[in-house]
Amino acid sequence: MLILVAFAVGEGALPIFSAEGFQFVIRTDWNAVYGRESFGALPYIIGTLLSSAIAMAIGVPISLGIAIFVTEMASHRISTPLSFVVELLAAVPSIIYGLWALFVFRFWVRDLIERPLYEHLNWIPFFDKTPFGLDIFTAGIVLSIMIIPIISSITREILLVVPNSQREAAYSLGATRWGTLKTAIFPYAKSGILGASFLGLGRAIGETILVTMIIGNAIGPAAIPTTLFSQGQSLASLIANEFNEAASDLHLSALIGLGAILLLLSMIINIGARFMVSRMVKVVPGGRE
Amino acid sequence: MEDILSAKEISSDTSETTRRIREEPRRRSKVSIKGVNAWFGSKQALKNINLEIEENTATAFMGPSGCGKTTLIRCLNRMHEMTPGAKAKGQVILDGIDIYDKSIDPVIIKRRIGMVFQKPNPFPTMSIFDNVAAGLKLNGIKDKKLIREIVEESLEGAGLWEEVKNELDKPGMGLSGGQQQRLCIARALAMQPEILLMDEPTSALDPLASSKIEELVHKLKKDLTIIIVTHNMQQAARVADRAAFMYLGEMIEYGFTKQIFQNPEQELTERFVSGKFG
Repeated sequence: MLILVAFAVGEGALPIFSAEGFQFVIRTDWNAVYGRESFGALPYIIGTLLSSAIAMAIGVPISLGIAIFVTEMASHRISTPLSFVVELLAAVPSIIYGLWALFVFRFWVRDLIERPLYEHLNWIPFFDKTPFGLDIFTAGIVLSIMIIPIISSITREILLVVPNSQREAAYSLGATRWGTLKTAIFPYAKSGILGASFLGLGRAIGETILVTMIIGNAIGPAAIPTTLFSQGQSLASLIANEFNEAASDLHLSALIGLGAILLLLSMIINIGARFMVSRMVKVVPGGRE
Repeated sequence: MEDILSAKEISSDTSETTRRIREEPRRRSKVSIKGVNAWFGSKQALKNINLEIEENTATAFMGPSGCGKTTLIRCLNRMHEMTPGAKAKGQVILDGIDIYDKSIDPVIIKRRIGMVFQKPNPFPTMSIFDNVAAGLKLNGIKDKKLIREIVEESLEGAGLWEEVKNELDKPGMGLSGGQQQRLCIARALAMQPEILLMDEPTSALDPLASSKIEELVHKLKKDLTIIIVTHNMQQAARVADRAAFMYLGEMIEYGFTKQIFQNPEQELTERFVSGKFG
């Protein structure tokens, strides 16, 4: 199945790669006007990676926090409904998040986070742009809300299988709750938590409709984000934006070419995650009980 | 060992009192357990336990499965209450301080009272060295030289040094079961505890590995007080100076090991040590 998909995408992308060569990956302009066509994917690769990175930077710590709270700290009466609610968030279709973000959440982000950052910290280049609310930063935050349920529920499952004997080993040495987490629980669960995070990353990279609604949909060199509050574009969102109106074969092929890059990117992340997980599992011979 | 040997020399007609006096000098009380009750949810696991444990002795808690012996040992370092739904009431007085007092931090208590568990539980991601050093690092000791010294001392104390001194960087999980258990003992010793609690430490080990642990108990009690839970009566007879027999959450009888095995006061104890149940 994967081979079939990869083959179809590769075939569709062939014209653009033969027309532009490797330039397609590193060029920044995007012009679909007939006769003056030129396509470069770099801004969208950056947009994809940056929005996902923001999502991970926000989502992973929060997910870990939720999972730790639910498994290690909260009593049964709190943890059961809390994990139920968090998992329910995973069932919300991404278009709903998109609509909510477009009509409600982006104003919160703009007024409560972006504006203060811009007003007080605009000497830091990241924040030096009048915020508008539809930008890479907002897209990252909303993406993080989307991946938190996935990462936190998998992490919770992983923490639950850490044997109690490991916790007690640390406690018996006079470890505090934090010391137990650091000494016994995290090392044991590390590879699994990493896997969970990469699963979330894979989701964030490929997410289309949500990002399309929020990210600002810039095109060409303007889509290279110079600040966190710049309008951007991701690989998936550009495909969604232009697929209907692709007039020429080359334009169509360029969009499929973006798809090929996206596919490659998520493959690399997946394989990388598997490699890291398997390497860590090897460090722990017979670590599972 | 000496206590048991000297007990043998005593003629059978010696009265109980003189026997006690001659058997060994009175030692200082290390732990006194006063009116301890414990529950799992609504089920009472321990019923009004009272016990004095003397310094530099090995005390065995024995009894059939479910009699509360493990629960009792876990009450002595406040590990019992870490189980969800479990609670304990009463006094456990360690050197004059009630460890169940409200002002006492259970974390501090566990630093003074080491624990070894039923199944060896070394930290799987850590090397042999790091396993032993784990407690020191948890308590903020950073001096590398000091850590090295204590690790070596503890491994020696646990009788493991000669076997592992050339492979301290290898993972602790690579050791055999008996070695892993001694690694866990070394890990507990590194904290320089005053009391070592051992919860059926040999139940997952083969006879040879078990006998090594038993030898260790004899050696270690010179420096600390050992409380060992065992369902193996022969083991209790071999390692313990004092033995307590528990049944259904109650302390049935407590006394010198010799006396418990040869001349128990309670009929229930007699039936247990003669293997009629349990």
